[in-house]
Amino acid sequence: MTDLNTLGLAEARDALRKGDTTSTALTEACLTAIEGSSALNAFVHNTPEIAMEQAKAADARIQAGDAPAMCGLPLGIKDLFCTKGVPSQAASAILDGFKPEYESTVTSKLFDAGAVMLGKLNMDEFAMGSSNETSTYGNVINPWRRADDAAALTPGGSSGGSASAVAADLCLAATGTDTGGSIRQPAAFAGITGIKPTYGRCSRWGIVAFASSLDQAGPMTKSVRDAAIMLEAMCGHDPKDSTSADLAVPNFEAMLTGDVKGKKIGIPKEYRMDGMPGEIEALWQEGTAMLRDAGAEIVDISLPHTKYALPAYYVIAPAEASSNLARYDGVRYGHRAKLDQGDGITEMYEKTRAEGFGAEVQRRVMIGTYVLSAGFYDAYYNRARKVRTLIKKDFEDVFAQGIDGILTPATPSAAFGLGEMQDADPVQMYLNDVFTVTVNMAGLPGVSVPAGLDKQGLPLGLQLIGKPWEEGELLNLAYAVEQAAGFVAKPAKWW
Amino acid sequence: MALVISEKAMSIDESTAARVAKLARIKVEPDALPALANEFNTILGFIEQLSEVDVDNVEPMTSVTPQRLKRRTDGVTDGDQQPKVLANAPDAREGFFAVPKVVE
Repeated sequence: MTDLNTLGLAEARDALRKGDTTSTALTEACLTAIEGSSALNAFVHNTPEIAMEQAKAADARIQAGDAPAMCGLPLGIKDLFCTKGVPSQAASAILDGFKPEYESTVTSKLFDAGAVMLGKLNMDEFAMGSSNETSTYGNVINPWRRADDAAALTPGGSSGGSASAVAADLCLAATGTDTGGSIRQPAAFAGITGIKPTYGRCSRWGIVAFASSLDQAGPMTKSVRDAAIMLEAMCGHDPKDSTSADLAVPNFEAMLTGDVKGKKIGIPKEYRMDGMPGEIEALWQEGTAMLRDAGAEIVDISLPHTKYALPAYYVIAPAEASSNLARYDGVRYGHRAKLDQGDGITEMYEKTRAEGFGAEVQRRVMIGTYVLSAGFYDAYYNRARKVRTLIKKDFEDVFAQGIDGILTPATPSAAFGLGEMQDADPVQMYLNDVFTVTVNMAGLPGVSVPAGLDKQGLPLGLQLIGKPWEEGELLNLAYAVEQAAGFVAKPAKWW
Repeated sequence: MALVISEKAMSIDESTAARVAKLARIKVEPDALPALANEFNTILGFIEQLSEVDVDNVEPMTSVTPQRLKRRTDGVTDGDQQPKVLANAPDAREGFFAVPKVVE
């Protein structure tokens, strides 16, 4: 058998059920891989004791004939998820030392289904970033490198630790979260699959909040089938999240037939951006051809407000962040600044937040404060919310015309070098999310599937966007692309 | 309206940046204010594109999925967890969070 840590969820599940391996063996293989992976800086809090305990319990369940979908499968958990008794810092210094007394709903569901936690994964601070360069733990390194070039590349962000860990086979799969593209962009940069479900599919309870009307959790996996298996285990109604949808969760894996005959796939003309690299354009056309060859009908569509999604996002997300992050004040948890003689509570807040938040988080909290402040609320915040209504309507209109799914590139480029964007202004970095952010603004499900390599040997992803609550159909479209693309490349091990 | 946004967006000066930092309760040293004001202007300049959009008679979005919030019985479902609530406090004394003196 191949190295156990290189297996995907479906293969490992089937091997466990047949008795060909044990969760203990799978978990040990992953823990060994993690030990040798410090150069990637993906895992930041390792939990080998918890992992081995969970693995033994999973083996006992499997032996007893009680093996739910995720039973015995070792995962990495993004640091944004609160995990009981285990550091959960959202990669921020302001949550230094924070160990939750509770478990997030999504991780509870995974553990109830028998999953094993290997440890916590690095990310951009408070999920704000597209390159994993804003973490208090330091940068995450992408296991992929350009041909003949040892320069360290970004795994993308904010779920960069998750992407790097899955691509480097440190775990079988990982949790991610996506507010503007934070699952799909890193998945594309690391040559793996990532899905952000419909807003309300996964409970947000116990996930450190960034922008509550946009945040959604989802799986980051080695295949579309794995994404279907893990997404089903993560989804479901939760009374503790008032925006959680009280809808039945289908068997997503059973919907992977690969049959897309007669499906109408929209190609939005507004996603053909000026200055887009030729390789991205070529990949998009190849993806279109793959779906056409599989029997889908290709339809040119228009989503006229696309270009306004990113500027509207950079009003709404910081506004919500400034409110959500007000709780980090040095009183109830995490870091508190050392105070000087005579400092009062205001100095305590101001010093704590200046020391605890990194530059990008400070910038977004202050932008959010500004757009919500008296005199600017209507001009910025309300206007952005109206634009959001129009962005959502663009999608509703094309779905009403019978479109089943929308195909776009996942990112405007392949993974770039760490530090390469250092001298760019913040807006240049924000453009990474130009293809993904519309999906969050409209609350839709979106999936990134690896579909090819660029001329430097780096993975490129395609994004498929689905109708609300139709993750099953969306994953089936992704499955058709996955089968046609036949993407099997892996990064050569250098770490 | 578009003109107003434009004027305001370009008018982020050091004193406005200082005021925003104060509102956000983040200490910013005076020598960092020019760079901060500059970044604000870059970001607000980008956001300014929104003024091109015709939003007349458009409702601001309140919920991305049309749903009525669930109701439940107004009853106690949780509580009596004082040690757990205080477990992560930087300073907790006698069952309370401790902070610098707030009232003289």
